Order: sequence, then C-alpha cells, then structure tokens
Amino acid sequence: MSINRGRVRWQCRRALLELDLVFARFLERDFDRLTDGQLADLEDLLRCEDHDLWAMVNGSNPCEVDRWKEMIGLLSQR
Amino acid sequence: MTVAKRTFDAVIVGAGGAGLRAALQLSESGLKTAVLTKVFPTRSHTVAAQGGVAASLGNSTEDNWHWHMYDTVKGSDWLGDQDAIEFMCRKANEVVVELEHYGMPFDRTDNGKIYQRPFGGHSQNYGQSPVSRSCAAADRTGHAMLHALYQRNVRANTQFFVEWMALDLIRNADGDVLGVTALEMETGEVSIFHAKATIFATGGAGRIFHSSTNAFINTGDGLGMAARAGVPLEDMEFWQFHPTGVFGAGVLITEGVRGEGGILRNASGERFMERYAPNLKDLASRDVVSRSMVTEINEGRGCGPDKDHVLLDITHLSPETIMKRLPGIREISIQFAGVDPIKAPIPVVPTAHYQMGGIPTNYKGQVVAPKGGNVNAPVTGFYAAGECACASVHGANRLGTNSLLDLLVFGKSAGESVVEDLNSGNLSLKPLPADAADVSLARLARLEGQTNGESVFDVGLDMRRTMQKHAGVFRFDNLLKEGVSQILSVAERAKRTEIKDKSKVWNTARTEALELDNLIEVAKATMVSAEARKESRGAHVRDDAPDSPEFPNGRNDNEWLKHTLWFSEGNRLEYKPVTMRPLSQDVEPIALAKRTY
Repeated sequence: MSINRGRVRWQCRRALLELDLVFARFLERDFDRLTDGQLADLEDLLRCEDHDLWAMVNGSNPCEVDRWKEMIGLLSQR
Repeated sequence: MTVAKRTFDAVIVGAGGAGLRAALQLSESGLKTAVLTKVFPTRSHTVAAQGGVAASLGNSTEDNWHWHMYDTVKGSDWLGDQDAIEFMCRKANEVVVELEHYGMPFDRTDNGKIYQRPFGGHSQNYGQSPVSRSCAAADRTGHAMLHALYQRNVRANTQFFVEWMALDLIRNADGDVLGVTALEMETGEVSIFHAKATIFATGGAGRIFHSSTNAFINTGDGLGMAARAGVPLEDMEFWQFHPTGVFGAGVLITEGVRGEGGILRNASGERFMERYAPNLKDLASRDVVSRSMVTEINEGRGCGPDKDHVLLDITHLSPETIMKRLPGIREISIQFAGVDPIKAPIPVVPTAHYQMGGIPTNYKGQVVAPKGGNVNAPVTGFYAAGECACASVHGANRLGTNSLLDLLVFGKSAGESVVEDLNSGNLSLKPLPADAADVSLARLARLEGQTNGESVFDVGLDMRRTMQKHAGVFRFDNLLKEGVSQILSVAERAKRTEIKDKSKVWNTARTEALELDNLIEVAKATMVSAEARKESRGAHVRDDAPDSPEFPNGRNDNEWLKHTLWFSEGNRLEYKPVTMRPLSQDVEPIALAKRTY
C-alpha cells in the first residue's frame, strides 16, 4: 500500500517550535523529492517522541536506528 | 449533504494538559468522553513546557498558598480575579500530588521529596525573597505531565479522535452549546459531535505574531470557534512576551536558566537587572525583565553589530550543572544561535509566548458571558480550561509555572463541573437544530469554490507582521490605531482565501486555511482590545501611559481596573468588573498596590 504524502506532511507538525522550524526547511527543500522508501522511513521516524527526535536532529543523542539515519541527516542540514 | 453524527456525554477539543486532565475527570466518572485533537495527544504543545508547575509544598523552602496567591495577584497587576486565584493556589498541592500518583517522574530531593526550584515572580512572605516553588521533571516537565495524563486516560477508556479538526461550535436558539462540527483529516468528511457538555482546551494562539515561541499548531482554534459563535473573548490585549527567546529564531530559553543562576548582560557586560529590580534581579516578573531588556536595546546598550539583543550568561555555572539541570538549553543554543552556552553567553530577545486572555470562564471552568444583566452568566453546556480560557488567574501577566498549574487545576475543575452539572440535572442532550452543520459546510464550500482569491500564506504573513509591528511588547497609540485598520483589512482578505489543492484526503492546505480563520479572530480581538485600553498594566505597556506619581507604572485603576470583552460580531467591546473578593470569606483581599520587584 502506498503512503499518503499528505498524511506524512501533516505529521511533520510537532509539539516543539524547534522541530517545526527544522521540518519547515525540510518540507520546502527535500520532501517532494523523497522516494516511497524514504517516505516510509520518515513516517517511521515521525512516531518518535519530540524530545527524542529533537535530540537526534541536534546531535545530542546519536541516532541508533539505521533506517532513520538518512532522514536525520537531511533534517540536520542547516 | 448528509453529515454523520456521533453522540457523547462530553466532547473535549484539544488533548494538551488541560484537555487530558478534564478528560480524565470525566472518563473516571464513567462518562462517555470524546477528545478531538489535530495531532497525536503527546505531540500537543504542553510538551514544550520546560520550567515546572507551581505548588506551595514547601519542600525546599518554607511556603504557603497565601504567599502564592499574593504573588499571583501581584503578578497579574491586580487584573486577575481573586476568587479564581485563591481557588488555584489552594488546589495546587492536591493536583501536584495527584499527578505524582499518576506516575509523574518529578525530580527528587535527597530525602525523596519533590525537588522545588525558584522561579521568576514567586516569593516568600509577600514579596520579601525568592522561594523554591516550582516542581519539575528536569527541563521536560510538560512532556512528562502529558505522558502521565495520556496513559491514565487510556486506562480510563477515553475515546480519542486523533487528526480531527474541530470546525465550529453548535448552539441552539437559547444559546446553549450542543457540541461541535469536526473534520476528519484522513477522509475530509465533516461530522457532528453531539454532547451534553463541550469543553474547549485548545491552547493558545501565539502564531498571530511573527516572532513567537509557539509551535505551528497553536492557532487559537477554540478562540476562533467561540468568537464566531457569539462568545466574547476576554482580556486579549494581554500577551506575555518571554524575555529570553533565541535571537533570530524565537525559540524559548526557559526562565529556569535564570533560576539556576543565569545572568542577563548588556553590551558592556553589566548585569543590568540590578538597576531595574534590585531585590529579585534576573528573577523579576517576565514583563519587567522584557521591558528592561528592550530599554537596554532602545538606549543603545544592546549587543552585536546592530545592538539588537542582549546576552544570557551561564558561563559561570559548571559544565556539570548545565548538563544536569539544563541539558536541553545547551542543545537549543547550539542549533539556533550557534553558541555553546558553556563557553559563551546566549543572544536573546523578548518573543511572544503566552496569551493571558481567552474564553471567559469562572473558577469552575464554566464559560460565562453577559446575559440578562448578569455579566458572568454561564453558557449552558460550555466549559473551557488552559491557555484558551480566561478564568482569570493570570490577569495582565502570568507568572512562570502558573500555566501548568492552571491547566491541571482548571482542567480538573471543568471536568468536575460537568459531572456536577450532569448529576444536578442542569445538563441534558438537547435536540440539534436542523442547520447544526450549515455554518461549517458553508465555510468549506466557500473555500472549495473560491477563485481569484488570496494566498493563505500571504494573508497569514501579513497578519503576523501587522501584529508584531503594531501590538508587540511595547505599544504606541498611533501604531495601535493604524494596526486596527490594517488588521481589519487583513481580516477582509482572509474571507477570500483560495487553495489550489481541492483534494479531500489529508489536504493540509485546507487545514491551514481553516486555521487562519481562527487566528484572524484572535488577531482582531488583540489589536482592538489593545488599542482601546489607554493605560499600561502588566504585559500591556503603552508608551503614552508611563510611570507617574498619579499612575504608578502607567496603571490607571480608576478607569481601567476592568476586564475587556471583545465580540466578533460588530467588532465591539464591553467591559466587566474584576473580582477583587477572594473565594473564602475568611481570606483577605490582596489590596491594590504598585507592582514593584
């Protein structure tokens, strides 16, 4: 079953302004180019708690899940 | 068009701290309870609350609720209702201990009690010295609170409707509230949630400002729905600008940093708060700190090449203390300011943070509005709690850590009131009018059919810029007057927004257009209420109402010791008295005085 891009885009709305700012940049720059496989990885990553996700994006807590690393890399690009 | 209908004892809109606390009260009472939320509950903005929750437990320093009440009334610049403030401060210990029993992992002292730290504006013995009153879970208090409440709700069988956006309040000819209409994002279908009681807990609307600490979901949905349905919004001119937002990004640096010893410095390195607040210094109330920072900048003592910010210095704290007590702050500073606060101070400016006003309620969480000569007549079936509500405990200015307390106390109180009103026969499932969903369907049809319309992004940006320039942390009469005409013009454009994507399923463009409808109501309420109030009080600081012997701090109690009520229809204002009598006969009112720290 294919992943609905609109749903994933909405789930990039987060509880923390920090992540909203990071995702706004990502949605503008990277989102439309994601393959279905990358989209599935992103959807999985978006299930994380916001503080944990933020910790991975800012590097204070290294990402230990291989399939998330590419997305964390894109989100971390300033 | 047929609209599906669901029926509940109670429907709650919003799943942040207030919504979850209210839901818990209802579900544990055996009521069939629905919670509608745009995002998964644990991604509500309560997650972002770092500092703590105020309660006079007295675990670290001697404390009692009378001192807390005094601090809150004083912090509110005497605009807070003293009955609601007494109620909140007396209930604080109970709701904190309750939360502890729900599994909230509070920080502990060495002897196992809840650790408490000092926070701005909170004092011992009626303003004499700082007190340790804030109960925290590291700097993730809101996150931990939300998880504890969510898990408890799951246990209590609260029914969650996740990724549903409430659209409009449903009222009958008598003005009674019968529920809401809501849009399921996954299908684009509209449903009616018919209920005996409706509780709004939709949080704040900080996104009306260009520089804000609020997450993108904070679009004032409850306020917009209430205003469109004829319910006034109270005291919307009062917005707290947090003193320490990361310069250039708006991201919040918690006041807890100053609680742990952080110092504000100007370009020459001076600890300037010693001049403005000799006793509490950097721990003075938020608006006092914001005003002091902007004065430093306005008078040329700001930092950086453009002298447009000041510095928050924690370099004198040990790296171990920073890592242990303030781990998140270091990460924020590195990402958004490019500065490691262990090595260098953080550039900061005031940024819009918290809305003191909202949907008017009494201390029971019942929504109240003028009716038949009673300015505080309860609106049958309608309740509100948390940042979207105005009880009013924060008055013209909120103290840090009183917001998490507010949502616990008044979330619970709103839930208890619903249970009481049901048991006493005051609430029932009233028949839906035939046109219950018509307003919502017309809004969606307008959006669907709009051609040659305005871009949602452009109108939103113009709204945010207008609010920032004309109703920011310092206010000027001419800017406010211009701001009223400009925001009304932006509001006209918001009636003609157009979306290119007409798809039904997961249409985020449609969601954002609907959110703008809510934001614009809040923006109008804020600008019009701010222009009309010709004094300075708390967070509402006007250039033309300065400190004088006749009007200390620019506050004019003879004319302006009253609550503003803004009505969307006709864009008009009314006023109502502030409740100066505490709830209990044996509690003395906190007498009017100049607010100094």
